[in-house]
Amino acid sequence: MTEFAQQLLNGLALGSIYALIALGYTMVYGVLRFINFAHSDVLMLGAFAAFYLAAATPHMAAATPLLHAGMVVLGAALICAVLGALIERLAYRPLRDRPRITVLITAIGVSLLIEYTCQHPAVFGAATRSFPQLFPQHNLTLGGLTLSSNDLAVLGITALLLALLWFVVQKTKLGVAMRAVAFNPQAASLMGVDVGRIISVTFALGSALAAVAGIAYALRAPGIEPLMGVQPGIKAFIAAVLGGIGNLPGAVLGGLLLGLIETFAGGLKQLSNYRDAIAFALLIIILILRPAGLLGREQPEKV
Amino acid sequence: MLEIKDLTVRYGAVTALHGVSLSVKAGEIVTLLGANGAGKTTTLRAISGLQRAVSGTVSFEGCDITRMPPHEIVRRGLGHVPEGRMIFANLTVVENLLMGAYLLGEAQAAEQRERVFQTFPRLQERQAQVAGTLSGGEQQMLAIGRALMGRPKCLLLDEPSLGIAPLLVRAIFEKIVEINHTQGITILLVEQNANLALAVAHRGCVLETGRVVLSDDSAALRANPQVKSAYLGG
Repeated sequence: MTEFAQQLLNGLALGSIYALIALGYTMVYGVLRFINFAHSDVLMLGAFAAFYLAAATPHMAAATPLLHAGMVVLGAALICAVLGALIERLAYRPLRDRPRITVLITAIGVSLLIEYTCQHPAVFGAATRSFPQLFPQHNLTLGGLTLSSNDLAVLGITALLLALLWFVVQKTKLGVAMRAVAFNPQAASLMGVDVGRIISVTFALGSALAAVAGIAYALRAPGIEPLMGVQPGIKAFIAAVLGGIGNLPGAVLGGLLLGLIETFAGGLKQLSNYRDAIAFALLIIILILRPAGLLGREQPEKV
Repeated sequence: MLEIKDLTVRYGAVTALHGVSLSVKAGEIVTLLGANGAGKTTTLRAISGLQRAVSGTVSFEGCDITRMPPHEIVRRGLGHVPEGRMIFANLTVVENLLMGAYLLGEAQAAEQRERVFQTFPRLQERQAQVAGTLSGGEQQMLAIGRALMGRPKCLLLDEPSLGIAPLLVRAIFEKIVEINHTQGITILLVEQNANLALAVAHRGCVLETGRVVLSDDSAALRANPQVKSAYLGG
């Protein structure tokens, strides 16, 4: 029983990281109908931004560790928001009226460009570096359960960000405009919406979430390197498809589900080597049964 | 109010408009008639910036809007109810209307919403409903209401009668006249149903394969034997 609860907690922590990344994929898909493969690299850049921000402020880390952690996370999120919007502006916007496959291939190109530029010794270098522990480390023990303060922080921050995103998308004018652009960009432009700006904001929001996810991921596996985004990026992409690409609650559900499946499969001794295989097999089964994903639904328009 | 001069539009190798010229004066209802593929919708799309013109100019209140993006044109007071209505089927009726008032402040939007509800009481009854579940006629009311939310000076209407029950078509055309009369909104109306369009419009233009072939008062067009045989069913 304790073992089950422990795995549940681990799975949720990992799953919430996937969920944060998956949201970025699904938001961009919502407005532009393509998969931004460079998204996984934005999460790596978020981790590196945090790494350098933390290294530059050792005094603050010692004096006010929580404030310092908050500053580092917020700073990395801001940097990535700008980078994400910049990637869209430079690489994708010039291709706005081109076939979608062109944009897709460009996204792969952007991803490789970022990964290999960052591996250059003059940039980050290919070696793995140890990531600083931003949050004070405490392991709480609760009736046989070990709760790491990192996992709790990740869960808390994720919940906060999800609530914030939900509020923005559902309750603000910007959110209604985002949903309108996702549904029909031409119609949105006829309402006076600057579609280009909404797309920039979408990239910025998704990239900020990816930065937070990158930091959370780095905290769990305390080494960072320029290819660190690939694995969680692929998983989160799958989570987004699993939940129904373009659907925000779907991305969260898919992320949590994938995190849980992976953790539970990894926790069984006989199966731990097959955890990815099990996760992907399950994904295939779900997609055979529900091709649009768990929450994905085509909403036909009356003409 | 709206001046279109020598507008040429191409889709790849196909030329859809060959130098179309027409003008709409403030307070008028002008209708654009023509068969399928004559270029009626393309003309409207070129005016509102959805389709780039190869050459020619569109000016609105004396200002050249030919190269402006759609959202800048809307800001100047030119509304467009597009072909197929293009309502946001994933949003509620109220959210659709809110989008229509995207450029207005909150207080202005609320005030404008009351006016739209007065014009289309049906929208008020359905305000919390997801727009995709409305009937065709209600969706058309929503599309017009949404465009009215932006307080346009001029409205482009693309086939408001398409796919709607005859009884509702009559009601919608009455609303179009009302909008023109009481709110003083200038209207450029594209319509397949020439009888109905000429009954409400002051003037009309006939498009054939991307060219304006006739332009006259509605009464004169209705009496014109060519128009009679081609568009009014003898």
